[in-house]
Amino acid sequence: MTKVALIVAAPVLALVAAYLITSAVLLVAGDPAGEVWATILTPPELRNVTSIINNASVLYLSGLAVAVGFRMNLFNIGVDGQYRIAAFVAAVVAGEAWLPGPLNTVLAILAAVLAGAAWAGIAGLLRVTRGVSEVISTIMLNAISTSLVAFLLRKAAVRVEGSNAIGTKQIPQDGRIPGFTLSDQPGTELYGFLVLAVVAGLAYWFVLNRTRFGFELRATGASETAAVASGINVKRMVLVAMLISGGVAGLVGLPILFGDAYSYGTTFQSGLGFAGIAIALIGRNHPVGIALGALLFAYLDEQSNPLQILVGVSSDIVKITQGIIVLTVVIAYEVVRRFGVRLEQQMVARELENRDGSRPEVTV
Amino acid sequence: MTSASRAGAATAAEVAVRLHGIGKRFPGVVANDDVDIDVRRGTVHAIVGENGAGKSTLMKILYGVQRPDSGTIEISGTQLSLGSPADAIAAGVGMVFQHFMLADNLTVLENVVLGAEKLHGIGDEARAEIDRIGRAYGLGIRADALVEELGVGARQRVEILKVLYRGATIVILDEPTSVLVPQEVDELFGNLRELKSEGLTVLFISHKLDEVLSVADEVTVMRRGTTVDTVDAASVTAQELAELMVGSELPSPSKGSSTVTEDVLLDVERLSLPGTGRRPLLDDVSLTVHRGEVLGIAGVEGNGQAELVESIMGTRPGVTGTVVLAGRDLSRVSTGGRRASGIGYIPEDRQRHGLLLEAPLWENRVLGHQTRRPSARGPFIDKVAARRDTERIIEQYDVRTPGPDVPAGALSGGNQQKLVVGREMSGDPVLLIAAHPTRGVDIGAQGAIWEHIKRARREGLAVLLISADLDELIGLSDRIEVILRGRLVGSFDPATVTPEQLGSAMTGAGEGR
Repeated sequence: MTKVALIVAAPVLALVAAYLITSAVLLVAGDPAGEVWATILTPPELRNVTSIINNASVLYLSGLAVAVGFRMNLFNIGVDGQYRIAAFVAAVVAGEAWLPGPLNTVLAILAAVLAGAAWAGIAGLLRVTRGVSEVISTIMLNAISTSLVAFLLRKAAVRVEGSNAIGTKQIPQDGRIPGFTLSDQPGTELYGFLVLAVVAGLAYWFVLNRTRFGFELRATGASETAAVASGINVKRMVLVAMLISGGVAGLVGLPILFGDAYSYGTTFQSGLGFAGIAIALIGRNHPVGIALGALLFAYLDEQSNPLQILVGVSSDIVKITQGIIVLTVVIAYEVVRRFGVRLEQQMVARELENRDGSRPEVTV
Repeated sequence: MTSASRAGAATAAEVAVRLHGIGKRFPGVVANDDVDIDVRRGTVHAIVGENGAGKSTLMKILYGVQRPDSGTIEISGTQLSLGSPADAIAAGVGMVFQHFMLADNLTVLENVVLGAEKLHGIGDEARAEIDRIGRAYGLGIRADALVEELGVGARQRVEILKVLYRGATIVILDEPTSVLVPQEVDELFGNLRELKSEGLTVLFISHKLDEVLSVADEVTVMRRGTTVDTVDAASVTAQELAELMVGSELPSPSKGSSTVTEDVLLDVERLSLPGTGRRPLLDDVSLTVHRGEVLGIAGVEGNGQAELVESIMGTRPGVTGTVVLAGRDLSRVSTGGRRASGIGYIPEDRQRHGLLLEAPLWENRVLGHQTRRPSARGPFIDKVAARRDTERIIEQYDVRTPGPDVPAGALSGGNQQKLVVGREMSGDPVLLIAAHPTRGVDIGAQGAIWEHIKRARREGLAVLLISADLDELIGLSDRIEVILRGRLVGSFDPATVTPEQLGSAMTGAGEGR
């Protein structure tokens, strides 16, 4: 009972605080806070719901990729670079259509996972062999990946008809992943890749909580010293966790690639990796929490679109809200966690006292 | 040995610091319990005790870093409540920490005035004050010298200068000699006598007994979080102090008839580990432990005990020599492999090395056993079996907990340790390494843990016991090896050895040092 209350308390507190702070920002800027919230909180139409779920699936994969690292105190800031390299590789493989139809799609997905893992693996290797902080190396690798993809795009690209934009070859019809149509209205098709995102979430939960590898990963994250004393090869764990994180990051761009864009070009969506950091934080690295965080972010993004037209406020205000949510969530969870730890200790002491019918033992 | 009664008779005016009934608990540990100390003005008062005896916690309480849960603090006859170091400084208490807190790229002057700009500004007035203090106490420090150009001893004097500049009349030094070479130690002691002669009070924390005796007027001994006795430094010997430190208390371990066999289970040959300086951390250590034998390792903290354990466990890189367990050479085997081949390990610092404090007990049961049944089944964790086995440990080892789903951090230190012992005795180990198994646990749990070690011995395990508690060592061991500066320097029969003999071997007095 108290446990449930504690779990619910933190996000509620955080959202209320974020609401108040965002409102204050709007008021100070002289914008109509009431109208902004009214627009954001308008029930979305089916078209918008589709868009929210689709974007959330992308953000979810990004959040998972970051969370894998977080669970063992590895800060993979490089999901952004990893997914772009991977999406590019997948686009090339899919566009070339080396294998017939769906087989080639599977090959492209594998290529993306391997590319993401390899790119993250560089940071993992540097950390394990030279002690380079993965924060620094992944940030550097992000910068390199931007240039590298731009450079490779020039080589592999074909000119998009009737525009200056360039992109990889279009994925042929039979190499695309069909979606789920929600109604016959236009723009209501869910990404087929959504299924893979759900599977990834389930796999994340299962591996972390039910396997030896997951236990060793969590133990290393909780206490590296205890992990070493328990015979866990911490260096290997660092490398493997980095590879897995990069592999999941490799999936991030794929729902868009196979369900919407069909090629990787200069206009391919960027910044998804950084959103993943925020979402993993909000979701407390829990697969369900990450899903809720991804939906929340996607909802805010979608609902802010008409702000400029309807109330004349830049839709960037939700970026502020999103940033504030990350901060308030982190703070609220820490506050609630400390409270919970104290509660737990008191509970244990009380329970033992009742059971023994004597004083709790005194250490001297 | 004269007792503390004389200090108790001191008039209030003479007492600079009076700590009465101080208690402080942390989750799972009681760091201080009913501590009473009177420190007379114009003296050097030493506080000695083994690591974990509660010295540092006590000094943090006096410096306002931590609030006591109970007890009173009187400074110069006034009862105070110290909420922060700022309160302590205002009351005239200053502290020099073991690790210096200086900005290397600033000058002495800048370091000293940093945070105390209001006292004498940051210019000539401050410089004059620094020079005056330096002259008055013979510190010999140039105000404009860059800190990065100073040696360790000089840096420590800058720290003392900082404290005096802020008007401290009571100076606490936490393990000040641990970073100094012998000549610097002599210099420091000269400075301390200088402070004393100017009427200041010095509180000196250490576990090096010879040093304490050479500089202190009075010595308070702490053990297991409480004050054991306060004695006059002039009328006590290092060995008497050592006995007070390691103590003799109930329940006393006694092991019953010998179960030692001829069968060598652990054979360590020529283990060496280079150190950062010239002296190696381990120097050619060879030892054997037989089936049914408890081998005790005695030594003053920091003489290579931790390194020896880590070398046998395989968690230390750079070790040379061989470790053979039950005929199998483990020298190149990973820590996980060594555990799986039958080493149970009770680490010295259970909270850092033995437990995941925020994880439930059953996950802590899995820790270190994650490759074996009942914790794991192939590549999967077997939660049901692990929980059931945790309940067995809770039952058999009397771990006081509401259940296996409580986080380890919510238990008291003694119960945490009983869980660790129970875990390490699971899975049929052939060797049990117990490093300070009863440190920081209550007397009840201590007796239970001793009982488990004795049972392990009866059941034919080889036990390697590392302890700073001589009673524990003598009571449990079949043989005691003394370690000093990384070398084994003497083997003793616990049936005939006296604490005095062990004490002199531990301090190297036997070598005519």
